[in-house]
Amino acid sequence: MQEVIKAYVIKEYVEDDTELTNDSPLISGGIVDSFSMVSLKRFLENKYNISIPDDKATPEAFDSVNKICALVKEYVK
Amino acid sequence: MAYTDKTRGMYSEILTGLQNAGLFKQERYIHSAQAADIEVEFPAGAPLKKVINICANNYLGMSSHPEVVKAAHAGLDSHGYGMSSVRFICGTQDIHRTLEQMVTKFLGTEDTILFPSCMDANAGVFEAVLTKDDVMISDRLVHASIIDGIRLCSAMHDTFKHSDMEHLEEKLQLHNDKRLKMVITDGVFSMDGDTAKLDKMAELCEKYDALLFVDESHSSGFIGKTGRGTHEHCGVMGKMDIITTTFGKGLGGASGGCVSGRKELVEMCRQKARPYLFSNTIAPPVVAGVIKVLEILSASTDRRDKLESNTAFWRKGLLEAGLIIKAGDTPIVPVMLFNAKLAQDVSRDLYDEGIYAIGFFFPVVPQGQARIRTQISAGHEIHHLEKALEAFRKVGKKYDILGKTKQEIIERYGM
Repeated sequence: MQEVIKAYVIKEYVEDDTELTNDSPLISGGIVDSFSMVSLKRFLENKYNISIPDDKATPEAFDSVNKICALVKEYVK
Repeated sequence: MAYTDKTRGMYSEILTGLQNAGLFKQERYIHSAQAADIEVEFPAGAPLKKVINICANNYLGMSSHPEVVKAAHAGLDSHGYGMSSVRFICGTQDIHRTLEQMVTKFLGTEDTILFPSCMDANAGVFEAVLTKDDVMISDRLVHASIIDGIRLCSAMHDTFKHSDMEHLEEKLQLHNDKRLKMVITDGVFSMDGDTAKLDKMAELCEKYDALLFVDESHSSGFIGKTGRGTHEHCGVMGKMDIITTTFGKGLGGASGGCVSGRKELVEMCRQKARPYLFSNTIAPPVVAGVIKVLEILSASTDRRDKLESNTAFWRKGLLEAGLIIKAGDTPIVPVMLFNAKLAQDVSRDLYDEGIYAIGFFFPVVPQGQARIRTQISAGHEIHHLEKALEAFRKVGKKYDILGKTKQEIIERYGM
């Protein structure tokens, strides 16, 4: 799951040579802007067939690949 | 009244921080009418200096055009100074509706509604026509006023990489379940001067049943063979669902803007757009001036043709001088310097040489993409451009950037 999410984030948001680790700060580090969280949320919901409540899709919960994985795992059956 | 020393100190600290970061904006006082030749007081209190202006949005040289000034005078005499009302109470005169009809014809749309500015048009339009069941998919480099309008709208928002049509198509597929999808772009992008691929976007919007929105503020009046805008340039006149544009640039330079497009969407703005409902009508002399501008531009393409040849002359001259510019064919011509301090130094030295051009750097443009943004006008004569090129050559030589690659400039000055 980590690799899938990391690959998506790189493809979607990284437009230069920025190195990305599973702990890189995505929102607070300026890699993903708050507008673009929408497509990330939709990607996760479609990919893992889950529904993440809006109040759980916070900038903090989306701030690294590892944090996103933890969030997704809460909703995967 | 509780403006304490503590509060004052808090704001002073923020402002000092802006100054220390080189982000403090300082106005320069122009003592003449807007034109190619202007008289500037800078810094405040300094003697007036005659300079050539190459940073105005006065693309067609209409800001001080004698016929436009005369028409505005006549409008002032016949329709007064102001209306003291919003449009729907008692702020709509015959000339407001005349202008809306003229803009509709000029842009090739179904209907038009005026706003106090294009900033207001962009702030109001999305909220008026979309709901939480819809999605807005915008280019990542759209103008700040569009971003603000998007923030005010309850529809979902997503972005696509700048001018990347494959990425846009992925997003249209991702959001295909939404009630309405709206693709949002600038026609000409204000910082890089590049042009949206409206023909490809129109195709995608047709394929995925999406609405297409374009802000034509930096293209109305001069892009396309008869100056109708990017949609004319791309061969998709009549296919735009919403166009917003300004009367503060090519179309006169005073103020005001509009939403033009499908008649039901325009009517939705008339019923629901908050900047239209809660702010004053455009002042009568300005309306009269814009009507004259559209008459002039509809009668002849001379001014946009002159702008096109001036732009070609300017781009060729900068390249021959050995400067790096952003590729394109619009009158927005960024001279790339990459380093923020270098951009500020070059701007200051150009001013000393009698050329008024401003440096742009982060956060206005991305880190490492500092530049001098030059903007050409039909109001420029070749002698203006030759003098400006001479100044660029002189200043460029001083900083040893002529004929240098991006890498060489960055190695010497940093990003």
